[in-house]
Amino acid sequence: MAMTLSEKVFEAHLRDEPFPGTKVLGIDVVMCHEITTPIAINDLVARGKDRVFDPEKIKVVIDHVTPAKDTKTAQQGKILRDWARRHAIRDFFDIGRNGVCHAIFPESGFIRPGYTVIMGDSHTCTHGAFGAFAAGVGTTDLEVGILKGVCAFREPKTIRINIRGKMPGDVYAKDVILRVIKELTVNGATDCVIEFHGEVVSSMSMESRMTLCNMAIEAGGTSGVCMPDEVTVEYLWPFISSEYKDKEAAVADFRKWWSDEGCEYVMVLDIDVTGMGPQVTVGYKPDQVKDVSEVAGQAVDQVYIGSCTNGRIEDLRVAAAYLKGRTIAPTVRGIVSPATPKVFRQADEEGIIKIFMDAGFCVTNPTCGACLGMSNGVLAPGEVCASTTNRNFNGRMGKGGMVHLMSPATAAVAAIEGKIADPRKYGKGGTK
Amino acid sequence: MKEFGGKVLFLDRSDINTDEIIPAKYLTEISKDALKPHMLEDLKLVGFGPQSPGVADARVIVTRENFGCGSSREHAPWVFEMNHINVVIASSFARIFRQNMFNCGMLAIELPESAIDRLFRHEEGAKVSIDFEGNTLTIESAKGKETLDYSISEFDKALVRAGGWVDFADARY
Repeated sequence: MAMTLSEKVFEAHLRDEPFPGTKVLGIDVVMCHEITTPIAINDLVARGKDRVFDPEKIKVVIDHVTPAKDTKTAQQGKILRDWARRHAIRDFFDIGRNGVCHAIFPESGFIRPGYTVIMGDSHTCTHGAFGAFAAGVGTTDLEVGILKGVCAFREPKTIRINIRGKMPGDVYAKDVILRVIKELTVNGATDCVIEFHGEVVSSMSMESRMTLCNMAIEAGGTSGVCMPDEVTVEYLWPFISSEYKDKEAAVADFRKWWSDEGCEYVMVLDIDVTGMGPQVTVGYKPDQVKDVSEVAGQAVDQVYIGSCTNGRIEDLRVAAAYLKGRTIAPTVRGIVSPATPKVFRQADEEGIIKIFMDAGFCVTNPTCGACLGMSNGVLAPGEVCASTTNRNFNGRMGKGGMVHLMSPATAAVAAIEGKIADPRKYGKGGTK
Repeated sequence: MKEFGGKVLFLDRSDINTDEIIPAKYLTEISKDALKPHMLEDLKLVGFGPQSPGVADARVIVTRENFGCGSSREHAPWVFEMNHINVVIASSFARIFRQNMFNCGMLAIELPESAIDRLFRHEEGAKVSIDFEGNTLTIESAKGKETLDYSISEFDKALVRAGGWVDFADARY
C-alpha cells in the first residue's frame, strides 16, 4: 500500500496500540531544555522514578534564558545540569557550548531521516526537515519520553504543499512559509503533518528547509517534513560517513522514507512563488500575512534577527548582505542572536559579526533571546519589533508590544530605514 | 479522577493561544502553585480582565476554535488546574494543548460549532455538569437546562481514569 513518510515512520516505530487510533511510538531522540524539563524531573524524583530510558538518546540544552538572569532561571539551569550529570547524559550543552535547541541539535548530527523526535517545545517540528517525524509535546509527554522512551500519538493525516516556480530575488524560505500559513490558516493543519515538495524545496539548503518546517506549528501542524535527498546527505555526511560506502548509497537508503506515489493526502496545495513579494505579518496571528508593500512605512523600535526560525548562518549571511556598509536608523535598536556557537564563530570568520556591529547591532550570545520575551530584548508597551522569529502573539515579546514577522532580509532593511521597507529596492543581496 | 463541572467562564474568541493563557515570563517558575495568580493574564478579549467577576469561581471554560494554540507549555493546563478549572469545552483545540489536558487527567471536550453556539446562549453564571461515563454534559442557567452528547477517544478516557499519562504509561510500559 502506498504510504506517506510519516506513516512509514509510524509503522517502523510502533510499540503499542492501546486503543484503536492511538499509536504509541518508540522515540529515537528526546530533547530537553531548561524551561519545560525541570518540572518533569521534579515529578520523576517525587514519584521515586528518577531514571532515564537511555542517556544516549536524550539531548539537553540550556537555551531560553542563558546566562541565567535571576535566581529562578539559575535554579532551572541547575536542576537540568544536576540531572544530566546524575544520569551521565553526554550530550548536554551548557553555557559556552549552548545554542538554540532546534539549531544546535541538527547541527550536531542528532537527527536522521526516519527518526522519531519529541521535545517539550512546539517548534520541534523543525527537525522534520531531515525527513523525521518530529513533534512538540507537553511536559507530561516529555516526562514519559524520558522515563520510557515512548510517546502516544493519533496517527496524523498528511497535507502536501507543492512549492513551484522561480524564487524571486530578495525572497526567502521565511517568505514562503508565511505565505503557506496564510493559505492554511492558524489551524488548517491541526493533527496533520505538512509535507513540503516541489522544485523550490529541492533546491533549498537544509537551513532553508528548517525555516519552512519550523513554522508548521503556526498552521497547527504536528510536524513539517521534507523528503531526505542529496542536500540532506551532504549536511549529515560528517556524521554518517562511516555508515555508508558513499553519498550515493546514503541518498538511496534515505529514499525508502519518501512518501510513495499514490499515498493519501487530505489536502494538496500548490503555491507558485514566481513573482511573489516579501511577506510580513500584521496583527497577532501568524496567518495575518501581507505583502511587504502593504505594510511598508510602519515605524519599528527594535529589529531582532535570530531564533530557531532564522538564526542560522545562512540567515545571518542574508541580513549582512543588506547591512554591509550601512548603518541602522538612530531610532532603532538592532539585536542579532546567532543561534549556536558554531554559527557565531562562522559569522565571525566571514566578517559578518563585524558588519552587524559596524551597522550598530548588538550581538548577543546564542539564545532564544527576545523571541518569547522572557530574557533579553523585551519590548515596552506600544513598541514595535521587526522580527525574524515565529510568533506575533499579543504580548509575545513583552506586554503591549507588537511583533511583525519577516525574513532576515526584510528585517535588515527595516533596521536600516527605521521602518518596514521592501528589500527589493536594495536589490538582490543589497548590491544596489 | 479529578472533579469535573461547575460555573462556566465563557471566552468568546477563537485562537486563544497559550501565551495569553500564561505569559512566557512566568515559565521560570518550577512549581505549578506559583502560576496560579497569572491565569489568562494577557488574554486579548473585549470586556475581559483576569480579575473580572466570574473568573475566580469558574470551574469550566467554554470557548471557540483552536483553543490553546502556540507554545507547547503545559503551564497552560496547569494554571487552569491550579484555579480548579478541569474542563475546557471548545469547537476545536490545538493538538498539543488538547493532549496536555488529557495527560494531566483533565477534560478537553470538542463540540460542533452549533453546539458551542447553544452553550453560549446561556448566561454568565451558567453551570455545567459532566457525566463522564455517560459522555454527556448538562448546562443550566436562567435560560434553562439542556444536555448534550460529546465524545472523547478511548485513550483519552483511559488517561482521565488513570489520573494522567505518567501513571498510565508507568503501569503499561
